[in-house]
Amino acid sequence: MTAGVVTAEWTKIRSVRSTMWSLLAFVVVAIGFSALVATVISNTWNDPGSHPNHVELVTDPTAVLFGAGFGFGQLAMCVLGVIVISSEYSTGAIRSSILAVPRRLPMLAAKSLVFALLDLVVSAVTVFAVFFITTAILRSHVSITLSQPGITRACIGGILYLTVLGLFALAIGGLIRHTAGAIATVIALVLVIPPLIGLIPGTIANHIHGYLPTVAGTLIGQSSQQPADVLSPWQGFAVFCAWTAVLLVACGYLLIRRDA
Amino acid sequence: MAEPPGLIEARELTKRFGDKVAVDNLSFNVEPGRVTGFLGPNGAGKSTTMRLITGLDRPDGGTATIGGLAYSQLSKPLTRVGALLEARSLHPGRSARNHLLFLAQTQDIPAKRVDEVLDLVGLREVAGKRAGGFSLGMTQRLGIAAAMLGDPPVLLLDEPGNGLDPEGIRWVRNFMRQLAGEGRTVLVSSHLMSEMAVTADHLVVIGLGKLIADCSTEEFIERSSERSVLVRTPGSARLRELIAGAGGTVQGDDGPDGLIVTGMPAPRIGELAASASLVLHELTPRLPSLEEAFMELTAGSVEFGKTESGTAGSSPAGTP
Repeated sequence: MTAGVVTAEWTKIRSVRSTMWSLLAFVVVAIGFSALVATVISNTWNDPGSHPNHVELVTDPTAVLFGAGFGFGQLAMCVLGVIVISSEYSTGAIRSSILAVPRRLPMLAAKSLVFALLDLVVSAVTVFAVFFITTAILRSHVSITLSQPGITRACIGGILYLTVLGLFALAIGGLIRHTAGAIATVIALVLVIPPLIGLIPGTIANHIHGYLPTVAGTLIGQSSQQPADVLSPWQGFAVFCAWTAVLLVACGYLLIRRDA
Repeated sequence: MAEPPGLIEARELTKRFGDKVAVDNLSFNVEPGRVTGFLGPNGAGKSTTMRLITGLDRPDGGTATIGGLAYSQLSKPLTRVGALLEARSLHPGRSARNHLLFLAQTQDIPAKRVDEVLDLVGLREVAGKRAGGFSLGMTQRLGIAAAMLGDPPVLLLDEPGNGLDPEGIRWVRNFMRQLAGEGRTVLVSSHLMSEMAVTADHLVVIGLGKLIADCSTEEFIERSSERSVLVRTPGSARLRELIAGAGGTVQGDDGPDGLIVTGMPAPRIGELAASASLVLHELTPRLPSLEEAFMELTAGSVEFGKTESGTAGSSPAGTP
């Protein structure tokens, strides 16, 4: 992977509109939903039945602050991760890319690096923006600061989770090659399958659920360990990274093996 | 011994898609300094062969090398080989300039070269526009610009005239001749025989993935079909008898189109007519067109080398 190949991947990602739209959707949805939830909690603070929110804001504040906004917003990052690679196949641009970098793996490595950095920067800005906006909305009811136990780690964890999630989606996009199929697969893995497996009772099902990619991955965005968690935050993040690494290796292997 | 950097060598290339054999044990060389036409009917395996040469597809057998190296072993391959494969090999949302820019960056080619090739193909004015809005002809020009980006000694062009207007086709033809004149290797595929007749110095002809001919364009026309002679005479019935009696074959009727005689040279026909005091209005030796030669040779895709034994005086297929 040369500097030129990395620069080229940056040129590719910045020169199509879908990148800007996906990132904009991510930022708007993440900040919008988080601010909305925080506003609703703030306005209904003294209503009967709002007690669970208060408890959670003390036990795991970032789950409340980040949950809604990034729960939806992460899908935009997943979509971008998929189309960064699948659009090369759907448009035929992959042929130009591979003629330029016929060893292929340097292209995948450069693409992953450039997208991960972009994802990291945008996620960092968005996570801290959401944190400061939501805590400002709730300031009159509860004080949440970065110096409280687990909060800074959860914020950084959220950024790391979103970065690895982007690569997870990119790998699936490279494996499936079709945009619609890959997006459907990523959404199923992120949003649909975890709650379904979570419904199955028993210890084994609970462990399977705990090791699912995004279930394990989101642990690092929690400010404190919850009773039902199978893994610790960093263990969970390691499991998520392992899933992503396996998918990226498979993606690289098939990129070399398959006809372009 | 080091290979010349411009020599393309295909050796026993084979590619299967499921049960279908797209390229079947194909061997040929493409030499620098001339335009080599890559001819074959649709589905003959031309595009697949070009994808195998450039490493987009993996062969099931055999090798393809450029200057002795597989495409994937070339460092900065766009400076060694320029390829125009399918025209739609770009993201429609990306501008022409950005498409060329990212390709240039992968090879450490300076960005000013992008403007040079945009000028070369006449797309400078629309360089900032999304390539998806381009006509097929403009897309084709952009593909040629991409192929020329690294100023490569080898060019592979798959149907470069597609979508171009007559002026554009003439431009591409002159451009290819110019590139070959500069000593570059130019391999251009086409199903347009008439175009190849005026463009290509040498032909590699395939049918059903197999090699049919590898020879100069002239030789291909000459040896592919028997020469015939067109004869017009008021005494056609008599001449018909004389020719048949002397071992020639006559086709056509006594109408205004005249007689087509094969198996007998024009002077012998003239002598026969003179011996019977017949008046001749026309006596014209005819060469088949490249198109006829091609149709004849690719019908059933008979391997040229195997029918060679019956043809006197020509060199074996594949050795110029």
